[in-house]
Amino acid sequence: MATTHAEHHDHHDHHEMSFWEKYIFPLDHKVIGMQYLFTGILMGVLGAFFSYVFRMQNAFPGIEVPLFGLVTSAQYNSLITNHGTIMIFWFAMPILVAAFGNYLIPLMIGADDMVFPKINRLSYQIFLLSVVVLIGSFFVHNGGFGGAWTAYPPLSAKAEYNLTPWGSILWLVAVVLEFVAFLLGGINFITTLMNSRAKGMKMMDIPIVCWMIVLASILFMASAGPLIAGAAMLLFDQTIGTGFFDPARGGDPILWQHLFWFFGHPEVYVVFLPAMGIVAEVITTFSRKKLFAYKVVLFTTFATGILSFFVWAHHQFIAGIDPRLANIFTVTTLLISIPIAEMLFVYIATLWGGSIELTSAMLFALGFLATFLVGGVTGIFLGASGADIYFHDTYFVLAHFHYTFVPIAVIAVFAGLYYWFPKMFGRFMDETLGKIHFWGTMVGFNGIFMPLFFTGAAGDHRRIFDFSNFPELAVSSLQHLRMVATISVIITILFQFVFFWNFIYSMFRGRKCTENNPWKANTLEWVAACPPPHGNFLVMPEVYRGPYEYSVPGRELDYWPQNEKV
Amino acid sequence: MGTTTPIATTRSVTGMPTGRLAVWWVIGSEIVIFGGLLMCYLMLRLKFPHWALNSSHTNTFAGGVNTFVLLTSSLSIVLAHYYAERKEELKAFGLIWATIFGGLCFLVIKGIEWTTEIQNGFTITSSLFWSFYYTAAGLHALHVIAGMCLMGWISIDVLQKKNMHRVELIGIYWHFVDLVWIFLFPLLYIAK
Amino acid sequence: MAEYVAHSHDEHKDADGHGPSFYIKIWAILLVLFAISVIGPEFGHRTVTLITAFGIALVKAYMVAVNFMHIKHERKYIPYIMFAMLGMVFLFYIAVSTDVQATSGTNWENAAAKAIIEENKDFEHHLEH
Repeated sequence: MATTHAEHHDHHDHHEMSFWEKYIFPLDHKVIGMQYLFTGILMGVLGAFFSYVFRMQNAFPGIEVPLFGLVTSAQYNSLITNHGTIMIFWFAMPILVAAFGNYLIPLMIGADDMVFPKINRLSYQIFLLSVVVLIGSFFVHNGGFGGAWTAYPPLSAKAEYNLTPWGSILWLVAVVLEFVAFLLGGINFITTLMNSRAKGMKMMDIPIVCWMIVLASILFMASAGPLIAGAAMLLFDQTIGTGFFDPARGGDPILWQHLFWFFGHPEVYVVFLPAMGIVAEVITTFSRKKLFAYKVVLFTTFATGILSFFVWAHHQFIAGIDPRLANIFTVTTLLISIPIAEMLFVYIATLWGGSIELTSAMLFALGFLATFLVGGVTGIFLGASGADIYFHDTYFVLAHFHYTFVPIAVIAVFAGLYYWFPKMFGRFMDETLGKIHFWGTMVGFNGIFMPLFFTGAAGDHRRIFDFSNFPELAVSSLQHLRMVATISVIITILFQFVFFWNFIYSMFRGRKCTENNPWKANTLEWVAACPPPHGNFLVMPEVYRGPYEYSVPGRELDYWPQNEKV
Repeated sequence: MGTTTPIATTRSVTGMPTGRLAVWWVIGSEIVIFGGLLMCYLMLRLKFPHWALNSSHTNTFAGGVNTFVLLTSSLSIVLAHYYAERKEELKAFGLIWATIFGGLCFLVIKGIEWTTEIQNGFTITSSLFWSFYYTAAGLHALHVIAGMCLMGWISIDVLQKKNMHRVELIGIYWHFVDLVWIFLFPLLYIAK
Repeated sequence: MAEYVAHSHDEHKDADGHGPSFYIKIWAILLVLFAISVIGPEFGHRTVTLITAFGIALVKAYMVAVNFMHIKHERKYIPYIMFAMLGMVFLFYIAVSTDVQATSGTNWENAAAKAIIEENKDFEHHLEH
């Protein structure tokens, strides 16, 4: 630490910033990260409420849903559509990529801020605008868009089919605004990581989570382009009646599916990689062991990123795509499970022989590995084009991708929040409540989606308002499974109140974090104060080693911070 | 900016100035946006040979003049960069405004061209070719407008000899806008 | 940063060793290429059109990227990133064209598209007028 350094902070002590400057129009990356975090959590609450409403209708058709009322079929469509859209674009992305990215990248690479603070602020403001537009779309004539989050034309393109003349337009505009926000944010993340690392931090000294968030931003940038162009085309189809996706006029609805999934599948990895990064930080800290194979994780991430561009058409196996393509995409889809499995093995090997400390953060990280595995394994069934013909659009698919998305966007996020909470707010969360929350979430989550594998395999089709119209599916054995799933949704949601109480109470009244590095971790964010001031570090740190030097033989302490010279 | 510029912005681990690195990433993200749209056009263009009939109604002369205008404005912005680097702020300022004027000419010609097309009955809904014609050229025109606004903003700083490196950044962006037009012109106007 | 190379002209050169006259020369070459790309297709010969219109567009793009955007003087990975992004675009084309550009394939045909092509099959006749 005792090094002289040319970079000193002399600018931010000059004046106390007003509340307005500090929290409403901030330039500080930490505050912008918090804005993304809280907006994301609020949208997540909304998405979870939607899932509660339509699950109630699904398990108990025609019931007067408490806190909502009777669900009409149009509302049901709108609820499932917006549940999917919100959970991916307004919950998973803002929290995993934008909130953690903004908060962690400058701290972990030893910088005082993002390279372009004003563009960063603009990114959040555009994102907030997209939230306003999306929520506004629920209140226009005929309600929100109900054509599924994939928005296939002609359903999405023509108001006479979707019956939501304004809802569908506003939905599309909101998605495009959200994309613009994340492109701006992504350019900031990439440039910051490339150009602003602390002195001495080489490529292989960057914490895995920073790598993952930046690679996710690159994947997003490379895949979102065609869909942005496609969204403009769809918007013109909706508003002025062009025929880009109308076969009678020479257009092609399959083209939209390709445009959408060319983005949509890499998008899965855009949220998966940051989650994997968070888990890497948590398990190395709490098993006091070096990450088993840093370079292997990094290179498998590159492989995953590249392969993720060659798998998208597995969403369209029965859409009428060319069968020759289906063969190729089956192979690539099965191939991509190899790097993912490799990463899971590396993480398990990291745990092997470590002195594992089962904190709430660690429990969630382990829970991520276990549940994501189920999601990955069931993906093999769906990646094979033959099996997919049967499974396509059933609850089996739904259970599969919730077994990937819930570990990513919920369980890994909780691991990250419990882990970095002392850094963010300078206080600890309650560990007992954290463990209650963990077991409630895990049991509840498995209770929701395990039964849905079975209903899906039995033939339950997705996006069905009321199964009583299908005699062979309206049997009591299947209905009971649906009820189990719905009751599990309610249990899971109730256990989140434990988290919210813990989170808000700890923020103001929790046990104070008296030292900078409560978990005895190595990465640079733990050098800064808890919580870090504007500008992060009093003296800009220098880096002397990799981020995972735990339990180094011959060293008295079992950790070795990156910035300590000896 | 000045006092609020973070240390992070002034670092340069890659050896490239941060702004230039970011502009290249912006261009990378734009390549896929325009590329996606043009590939959609190309597929359908090759599928339907009769679109040649539609493209024969485009005004090749106006498109050609616009190509000339954009190429020339590329020259003026690269010269502006040259003088900005040599700290000759008045010459740089003049050349930036010459470039803005070039952008304006481009938009005026485009406006006349579109008005004529619409008067001749070729609107965005006439056929799929015209839908692509207006969407692609419109998206490109939006980039021209954005570039002009940014140049106007940068030129104020240039007069005060501040942030002179931004002339190079807007130059790279403007050349990219030019590049997109270099491909749009044969795709929409010439190929028959 | 700017390493000025000694030279006999009185014109000053920038970091890349180019002066205004160099840029004007490039601009002149671009204009000549542009003229060829407009005249070429007037012959109405398909191959000539392809080469003059699109081949020359590629040459022009290369010249702008190298001489105006100075991509050669950037770090090596900048052109690689740009090519990777272009690669994404072509990947999209290759995989999607079998569905969207083709009108039929293994066990499928796009009847609507075929009808449109059939309807307009005598377009060349109109083109001549």
